[in-house]
Amino acid sequence: MSAATMEAPGEQLDTWWFDVGPLQAIPVRGARIVRTPRRDIAVFRTANDEVFALDNRCPHKGGPLSEGIVHGRKVACPLHNWIIDLETGQATGADKGCTRSFPVKLENGRVYLDMGVAAAP
Amino acid sequence: MTQAAGSPRRKLVVLGNGMAAGRVLEELFARAPERYDVTVFGAEPRVNYDRIMLSPVLAGDKSFEDIVVHDDAWYRRHAVDLRRGETVVGIDRTARTVRTQAGALEAYDALVIAVGSRPILIPVPGHDLPGVVTFRDLDDVNAMLAASARGGNAVVIGGGLLGLEAAAGLALRGMTTTVIHLMPTLMERQLDPNAAYLLQKAIEKRGIEILTSANTSAILGDGKVEAVRLDDGRTLPADLVVMAVGIRPHVALAKDAGLEVRRGVVVDDFLRTSDPRIFAVGECVEHRGNCYGLVAPLYEMARTLAASLAGDATAAGYTGSALSTKLKVTGVDLFSAGDFSEGDERDEIVLRDPARGVYKRVVLRDNRIVGAVLYGDTADGSWYFDLLKKGTDVASLRDTLIFGQAYQGGGVLDPKAAVAALSDDAEICGCNGVCKGVITRAIVAKGLSSLDDVRAQTKASASCGQCTSKVEALLAATLGEGYAGSARKPLCKCVDLTHEEVRGFILSKALKSLPATMQELGWKTSCGCPTCRPALNYYLLCAWPGEYRDDAQSRFINERVHANIQKDGTFSVVPRMWGGLTTPAELRAIADVAERFKIPTVKVTGGQRIDLLGVRKEDLPAVWAELNAAGMVSGQAYAKGLRTVKTCVGSEWCRFGTQDSTGLGVKLERFLCGSWTPHKVKLAVSGCPRNCAEATVKDFGVVCVESGYDLHIGGAAGLHVRATELLGHVETEEEAIEHIAAAMQLYREQAAYLDRVYKWVEKTGMEKIRAAIVDDPENRRSLFERFKRSQRAVQRDPWAERAAGREANEFTPLAVLTPVRRRMAAE
Ligand code: SRM
Ligand SMILES: Cc1cc2nc3c(=O)[nH]c(=O)nc-3n(C[C@H](O)[C@H](O)[C@H](O)COP(=O)(O)OP(=O)(O)OC[C@H]3O[C@@H](n4cnc5c(N)ncnc54)[C@H](O)[C@@H]3O)c2cc1C
Ligand code: SF4
Ligand code: FES
Repeated sequence: MSAATMEAPGEQLDTWWFDVGPLQAIPVRGARIVRTPRRDIAVFRTANDEVFALDNRCPHKGGPLSEGIVHGRKVACPLHNWIIDLETGQATGADKGCTRSFPVKLENGRVYLDMGVAAAP
Repeated sequence: MTQAAGSPRRKLVVLGNGMAAGRVLEELFARAPERYDVTVFGAEPRVNYDRIMLSPVLAGDKSFEDIVVHDDAWYRRHAVDLRRGETVVGIDRTARTVRTQAGALEAYDALVIAVGSRPILIPVPGHDLPGVVTFRDLDDVNAMLAASARGGNAVVIGGGLLGLEAAAGLALRGMTTTVIHLMPTLMERQLDPNAAYLLQKAIEKRGIEILTSANTSAILGDGKVEAVRLDDGRTLPADLVVMAVGIRPHVALAKDAGLEVRRGVVVDDFLRTSDPRIFAVGECVEHRGNCYGLVAPLYEMARTLAASLAGDATAAGYTGSALSTKLKVTGVDLFSAGDFSEGDERDEIVLRDPARGVYKRVVLRDNRIVGAVLYGDTADGSWYFDLLKKGTDVASLRDTLIFGQAYQGGGVLDPKAAVAALSDDAEICGCNGVCKGVITRAIVAKGLSSLDDVRAQTKASASCGQCTSKVEALLAATLGEGYAGSARKPLCKCVDLTHEEVRGFILSKALKSLPATMQELGWKTSCGCPTCRPALNYYLLCAWPGEYRDDAQSRFINERVHANIQKDGTFSVVPRMWGGLTTPAELRAIADVAERFKIPTVKVTGGQRIDLLGVRKEDLPAVWAELNAAGMVSGQAYAKGLRTVKTCVGSEWCRFGTQDSTGLGVKLERFLCGSWTPHKVKLAVSGCPRNCAEATVKDFGVVCVESGYDLHIGGAAGLHVRATELLGHVETEEEAIEHIAAAMQLYREQAAYLDRVYKWVEKTGMEKIRAAIVDDPENRRSLFERFKRSQRAVQRDPWAERAAGREANEFTPLAVLTPVRRRMAAE
């Protein structure tokens, strides 16, 4: 891929917000995944309707974070219970590691993911 | 800023005579009383009044005269031409005129649109029947007052601020009032579930019935309203229906005039619309993407707009508002502000006082307050709101922040020193009104040395447990070295109580939801953690079978999706093979499913059944549907519940078999399956003491002998290997089933979450268990009955329910984005 194509998303950031569905479709204190060609992205909804998006892979051994128990702004990985911060993707406590987070926003009850970033390597 | 003498007065026309219009004019006359000739068109046939005070008018606390903001004299004094009862229907931007419904034209130099918003009417059948009203202006209030004078039933649709204020007013006026709310908790936009729980309790205390998660499907009546029907089929009698489900900015006029309109009339920071001569203000506008539904923002907008109109070029623009809400229902103290999206221990501070019904929560981010919810004691609401708006760094106040403004400035106390410093008459236990002196005197005089002693002797900490840590600090301070500290292990860091104490209180205080439990037992976090939430969910489920609504999000993934997660994120599927028996047809169906869904591994488990490993999550419902079609149901290999019942071939085939061990195993499995338990439960039935089914390392085991059945309990063969102990001996299958089910119920009711049966047996002692099950037939019988009752609520196949579409969202991605060719334009 040429450098020019790679930059395309950055140039027109505004136009890369993809509507991935209504907030209502994500359970409160839960998550759903958005499947993209490059990766599965876990979109989380907290008790008070905040949304966060993380690569759906735990920094420990790749556990699917979308299946974890959401509490506060954190999720407990379903495989070995690492606790991941939803905002930063960082493992908390004694564990070290970070999962990539993606720009996501909520507007008029719909969830938008920035595909410019999500589709980039 | 007075205007230069001689310059001609300009013509200002204001559309709408509501709260925003009133405030703009006040601010304008204060700055430039002579600058404009003002004409105001108000669709309502009256002077300007304080709309938010309509609730007290409905409740009877105020009259209309009390809430008038600008009386006739005010309009005369400012030479305002008030055209009351005149609705404007058109704006001609070229001619710069507005036209009223009656056809009158009025020219303007500057125009202000302040037409507010409209209540949303949900378009269910019957929404236009007489007797259906909204809650927006004085006419609505008068309609409600007229209806309430006739008495009868009122149904309020919408459990937000307006709906609740309407309901409270109607109830005070003597109507039998019900609130229907679509969401699970009241005022969900302003409150977290904990505050909403307290609010619901307070509203219900007024005799108002609240139905949450309830959706209106139709309003019924012949010529006037008679009833409201919900989509679950319930019908509620109604002589009056109030729709309070939200508002929508009134944009039609602006839109028809060709102004830029999105959700509201779009304005810039100086409240200018896309036409520089036309301004908009109040609830009808959209500013930086936000529409507002409260008065504080429109007061701020009014100040900016008045400055613009007065020609003050130096005035700062409007940048948006932070919001705070109070509910105007007498006796309900509630405040919420900002963003209180769920925090966690690091960035939220929670204070609960169950005895006083107080809940306070302040949410911080980077040492700044970003949100606050207060219930029961809102004295500090404005202080927190002020800190929030100013973005004050509160790091230095953090330890005492939650106690409020009055506590600021003192040194930071550790809890022990704080308790020691209290005076003797300071109240420690709010529930039972026990003060410090009583406790310390009892400790010394009666030689008390443990928390339980103090509870028994003084009642302190015996009701909600919230003061437990204070009582412990008192014990430590009074006994010094002599206090060994308690061996009590709190359930988790969110609460001071043990598992057993929490379970006890759930029953004694009839706590039936997560928020109720957390509030009444003084949880220190707003909504728990992954340790306490699954435990509480189980305790509530066990205590209130059929009544408590399971919280899927408080369950580990396996129990939520009824399959076992594997290391690569796929799942395993284990159908029941009752007692280890299968048939050619079942095996054929399993083979078909494995091939059709390309399931990579098929394995015989250690529990006498077959495991299909590596199933994709999306395939689960279809896999289950096919297994269901062949008569197979979930083996609950994922559940804290009954797993397998292993059997041997027994008397049917084996030359040593004494009884039908296979048949008994099947009966036990069918009877016990589906039940939720503190940890997983495994059984085995062996046909003779050779014990080929390994019954003596199971949670419950049966070993058949010539004279009947030896019943075993408390075995394990996992992390710990432990042989069972003998519970007793019975002669018939029926007795065996009754004993085991009763023992299972005792385990369900008593054990701490995540204690296997053997742990519970060790903690409780065999004698006690034997006494409760074997020696006390009456008690056994009632345990058995309770078990049967709770089974009625759960014995449905979770796979069949999901294959039929339940929680379909759980099994599909939210969205699938496939690559498309980019930059099509360039090609
Ligand atoms: C599939 C199976 C192994 C096999 O291929 O045979 C198995 C697989 C797992 N076992 Fe097991 N256990 C299996 C029989 C056993 C047995 C043998 C038995 O039941 O006769 C034991 C010892 C008996 C006992 O429970 O005391 C056993 C003791 C454990 C333990 C230790 C429990 C303990 O209290 O010490 C765990 C861990 C836990 O539950 O916390 C465990 C946990 C697990 C988990 C659930 C691990 C996990 O959390 O992911 C595995 C899930 C596999 C899956 O996805 O299906 N498994 N596990 C067996 C399924 C039996 C079934 O048909 O349901
Ligand atoms: C019962 C009740 C309780 C409330 N309680 C609170 C509270 O506690 N706290 C809080 O902050 N907010 C509260 N609010 C919200 C608050 O009242 C509104 O935010 C505020 O009134 C909005 O002011 P506004 O001027 O934009 O609209 P409005 O006050 O609605 O004024 C708009 C006016 O324009 C008139 N109009 C509309 N179209 C035309 C037309 N074409 N021609 C002429 N006139 C027209 C309408 O008749 C109306 O009088 C409450 C609202 C209600 C109804
Ligand atoms: S013994 Fe059980 S838990 Fe351990 S690897 Fe085998 S199946 Fe998994
Ligand atoms: S993979 Fe997430 S904790 Fe191990």
